[in-house]
Amino acid sequence: MSADADVQALRRKGRIVVVGASLAGLRAAETLRDLGFTGSLTLIGDEPYEPYDRPPLSKQVLLGMEPAEDTALPRKRDIDAEWRLGAAAASLDRAAEHVRLVNGDAVPYDRLLITTGTKARPWLHPEEAALDGVFVLRTRDDSARLSRKLAAGPRRVLVIGAGFTGSEIASVCRERDVEVTVAERAPAPLVGALGEVVAAAAARLQRDHGVDLRCGVSVTALEGDQAGRLRRAHLSDGSAIDVDVAVVSLGAIRNTEWLAGSGLAAGPRGVACDAGCRVFDVNGIVTDDIYAAGDVARSPHPLFGYQFLSLEHWGNAVEQAQVAAHNMVSTGPDRRPHLWVPMFWSVQFGVNIKSVGVPTMGDQLVIAQGALAEGRFVAVYGYRGRVIAAASFDSGKWLGFYQQQIETGASFPPDYAMVDRRTDALQPVDPAFPDPHLPTHEPTVTLTGHSPTERGVQFTAPRA
Amino acid sequence: MALGTMSAQITDFANRADPYPLYAALRKSPVTRQDDGTYLVSTYYEVRSLANDPRLSNDLRNRAPGAGGPAVAEEDTNLPPSFLFHDPPEHDRLRNTTMRPFGPPHSPRFLHDMRDDIAEIITGLLDALEGKDEVDVVEDFAYPLPVTAICRILGVPREDEPRFHGWADTVASGLDPSQGKEKAQEARRELGAYLSDLIEAKRRHPGSGILGSLAQETGSNGSMSTAELVSTSMLLLIAGHETTVNLIGNATLTLLRHPDILKRFQTEPGLVVPLVEEVLRYEPPVQFIPFTAALSDIDIAGTTIPKGAQVWLLLASANRDPKRFEDPDRFDPDREDNQHLGFYTGIHYCFGAPLARMEAQLALPLLFRRIKNPRLTADPPPYRANPVLRGPHHLPVAIDGLAA
Ligand SMILES: Cc1cc2nc3c(=O)[nH]c(=O)nc-3n(C[C@H](O)[C@H](O)[C@H](O)COP(=O)(O)OP(=O)(O)OC[C@H]3O[C@@H](n4cnc5c(N)ncnc54)[C@H](O)[C@@H]3O)c2cc1C
Ligand code: HEM
Repeated sequence: MSADADVQALRRKGRIVVVGASLAGLRAAETLRDLGFTGSLTLIGDEPYEPYDRPPLSKQVLLGMEPAEDTALPRKRDIDAEWRLGAAAASLDRAAEHVRLVNGDAVPYDRLLITTGTKARPWLHPEEAALDGVFVLRTRDDSARLSRKLAAGPRRVLVIGAGFTGSEIASVCRERDVEVTVAERAPAPLVGALGEVVAAAAARLQRDHGVDLRCGVSVTALEGDQAGRLRRAHLSDGSAIDVDVAVVSLGAIRNTEWLAGSGLAAGPRGVACDAGCRVFDVNGIVTDDIYAAGDVARSPHPLFGYQFLSLEHWGNAVEQAQVAAHNMVSTGPDRRPHLWVPMFWSVQFGVNIKSVGVPTMGDQLVIAQGALAEGRFVAVYGYRGRVIAAASFDSGKWLGFYQQQIETGASFPPDYAMVDRRTDALQPVDPAFPDPHLPTHEPTVTLTGHSPTERGVQFTAPRA
Repeated sequence: MALGTMSAQITDFANRADPYPLYAALRKSPVTRQDDGTYLVSTYYEVRSLANDPRLSNDLRNRAPGAGGPAVAEEDTNLPPSFLFHDPPEHDRLRNTTMRPFGPPHSPRFLHDMRDDIAEIITGLLDALEGKDEVDVVEDFAYPLPVTAICRILGVPREDEPRFHGWADTVASGLDPSQGKEKAQEARRELGAYLSDLIEAKRRHPGSGILGSLAQETGSNGSMSTAELVSTSMLLLIAGHETTVNLIGNATLTLLRHPDILKRFQTEPGLVVPLVEEVLRYEPPVQFIPFTAALSDIDIAGTTIPKGAQVWLLLASANRDPKRFEDPDRFDPDREDNQHLGFYTGIHYCFGAPLARMEAQLALPLLFRRIKNPRLTADPPPYRANPVLRGPHHLPVAIDGLAA
């Protein structure tokens, strides 16, 4: 039987199983139906809720402006799926072609899509993490709980880690008139994502809004009282702060534990797949029936030297889900590559921060429009004489232009006149990213290896 | 004034009723150089890309000396240009300041709170049609509505309205590249004087409307000067006056030309939302943007637009680009993914879009519920002179009276 006929049969009466019922999982399911897939569709999700949206969780919901229940993702169409909510997938048996749930049920598939996303990296000491007042922020319930806590008027909140999520939480605290200390090991907030030059503007933003920002320090211990309530935090510079809330925002860990032993190239950095979203096995050989999309996936991108990118970006999850869905029910030349140019946004302290491309690859930087000192600017990142990324503070409308520059491999620095350009001759500087070998709090983008085979079979078990 | 060959045809009044064949011819090449050195951009992706290109300036001072192009009434008066004719950072400062009393994030409810007021204005205008068997939908309805609405929004006293109707008309005609500019400048001066007085009064007694709030922003540590506020008010007044009228006029005309869709609309008033978007695509009230200038050479679609050149972005043509819209000359409110350029895109994206949408979405269902058996009595109707802000001057429609 030809591959074409197989796919026709699959489209008609195949069984597709999606593990991870959130943004990527839902959008993939909708796309499958859009493409005329009439077989059975099962969505497995360990959360008890139907798919909801996460960006508001550190913004409107945390501010108390929108109830956590109102974050349900809008449905683009009816997907006629079997929902297995509140049921985590425990393992994958590729030989038997089924997913095993924690309750023991086996769910057979013809095609499997992995969209299990990430979870918040927990505080390193479990007994301290268990103290009343210590939070992470990833789910609806996390956000609702933290929002209630903030509404109750804590004396001081400590945010551990000033990546995007941590910075947004600090912003919400200030907007709610709650005192907040931010502790960040790097020299400034957002350094891991944008480099020190731009991060300096983020630091000023925090201080201008009354955040007690402490950089170059880490939190060494959280101390509780007799009743198990958080009371104090100890920092690496020897100081201590009295706090009753601490939010651990040390980045995310990919949800791949359930794939241990499956023989797939899945580990703490994610599930490796090709540009068509097909998952690799540990030997670096691509499978044809297992796909991945969203935060959990990492795949090579032709525009960025075929490096494997793993992106924790909302827009990436949507696009990659659509490509994966398309490819799951297509053959050979009809398959599409996932060529999304990374695009991320954040809102903090009333400022809209956006980035496009891969800033962390940048070896040089210019402020092409606006001025750092005004907190309104576009920073353009170059890599070997080409535009590779741009990041903006309150100037997001220009990023479409820079995206085109990235896509067309435009030369760096941009040496043409344009609106809001402050100097005639742009002097490129080092964007000052932290040493890539040092762990950062929030790797919005991580780059690893150049080819699927380079990493070989050395996938290590997740660190405890 | 000399205009390029194609620009002259576009602005020629003879082509006002149906400029679309001209645009179709222009789209054979996305960017066309005119003999006067201006560049016409006619295709969707190229217009969209240039609208978002920081190498293109709305600041009139950036045009090369002697570059052909329109008389714009904002030149040579003692008022500063409004933010439409500014680039960042001034543009952003003025636009953000103006947005504060008008929309999110600071005033998310302002427009919503105007809804009932606007519905009431509409009902009043329709009630006044009682007893007529022919109405001029422009004169009797589409024109007075946005005028009254923008007055409420700004906080201009109603009794002053008739005084600046005339001024606003004349100033807006300054956007017409084929017209001279003296009259427009004169009107601009008079309107400016009126507005300065009004702002002065509002500083003491803000009253309702956004001028009252903005008057408080002027002064020593405010975020705009009084002269800038005068320019801004004038921009809002004119943009509010001269565009929504064409949206409602063009929508009415288009519906009367498509009886099947009209019939559906009368039983399905919710259709108004996609319908208004489709009118903005199919008959956009702002046809083109004739005053941007290239700050440096721009390579686009195989052409290099040289530094200093004046660039016309033909929104109405882009909206009919078959590369972007399937069967683009068909009026189809069910069209999906209708990302038209009727309100432009980029940093100069229409400031008043939510207001214009609200007015049209309230007005059209009420209009077509009330007027019985409407029939066009002149097709095409007589058009206004202005080729940029294009729409019928009069829209005579025969009716069998008014429903309750
Ligand atoms: C607080 C917050 C703010 C954010 N703000 C922004 C922003 O401003 N801009 C932006 O671009 N992005 C933002 N993001 C990132 C964005 O939300 C993610 O990129 C997006 O949610 C990724 O979708 P996903 O479906 O791939 O993964 P997820 O949304 O993580 O979904 C994965 C789902 O799989 C479930 N799951 C995991 N393991 C299993 C298992 N074994 N069995 C069954 N189910 C399982 C998980 O519980 C989860 O429901 C934010 C994220 C957070 C948490
Ligand atoms: C159907 C009605 C309308 C249409 C089709 C329309 C269309 C447009 C277009 C195409 C532009 C871009 C102009 C350019 O950059 O050259 C624009 C800008 C603008 N519009 Fe509208 N408009 C409409 C109604 C309104 C209303 C009611 C207001 C009043 C509040 C308004 C206020 C503005 C302002 C202030 C700008 C300048 C924005 C800037 O430079 O940042 N418009 N409009």
